[in-house]
Amino acid sequence: MMLGDALIVSAVLFAIGVMGVLTRRNAIILFMCVELMLNAVNLSFVAFAKLHGVGGHVFVIIVMTIAAAEAAVGLAIVISVFRHFGAVDLQNLRLLRR
Amino acid sequence: MTSFYKFQFYLFALMAIGAALLFVTRKSPVSAALWLVNVMFALSGLYVMLDAPFVAAVQVLVYAGAIMVVFVFVVMLLNIGRPDELPDIREAGARIGAGFVAVALLANLLAVRREVLPVVDLAPPVDNVVVAVAASLFTDYLLAFELTSILLLVAIVGAVVLAKRKAVA
Repeated sequence: MMLGDALIVSAVLFAIGVMGVLTRRNAIILFMCVELMLNAVNLSFVAFAKLHGVGGHVFVIIVMTIAAAEAAVGLAIVISVFRHFGAVDLQNLRLLRR
Repeated sequence: MTSFYKFQFYLFALMAIGAALLFVTRKSPVSAALWLVNVMFALSGLYVMLDAPFVAAVQVLVYAGAIMVVFVFVVMLLNIGRPDELPDIREAGARIGAGFVAVALLANLLAVRREVLPVVDLAPPVDNVVVAVAASLFTDYLLAFELTSILLLVAIVGAVVLAKRKAVA
């Protein structure tokens, strides 16, 4: 059944996104990995929409909107971090660690 | 379930996973972004396979067309496209740990899927899915829709405030 396969693909994509978040230090690539995880969840929503009707599609659209808002705000933060440190390396952001 | 359908489905699934693996291992932010666009196109193909053509179109328009353009635009704006400038990928210990966490998470997700999901009948395919989605979006999920609009407004204002150059005191 295609539904189970779609869920497996979704799980694999989510795990790849988690791996990216944990291994990368570039803030922009980190945001891209978060987008990949959101996409994996969207695939789950669409797959389950085959079971439960079109409510899943509505959720996918709302998730996409929230992803757009998150990307806009996150990239604005990246720009202001770059202005402050001259790099987007997350190793620089240790102000709260002290 | 024709074999052509299956072939298309697994083709798009393999494309998505392969492009995601390439995306996560690229050093340069620009090539990572382009591989991520590839993942999104493959996912939109999967959406078409799963009877969601409207979501597939929105995926191409919004994700591949708008969000990724913003990412590439920021990479160009900050001029960090050259991969040799920063040691981006973390050291070996963190990489092994991340791989372990990812494998554990994957095993967990697959185990959950095997345990809970029963074999059920699929919902009958909707004839015109745009009509159904619009009816659902503007009646059942109207509150979520309006709240998302307000969230977008807040995000626009926040992005402008955060990215604006501070006035020289």
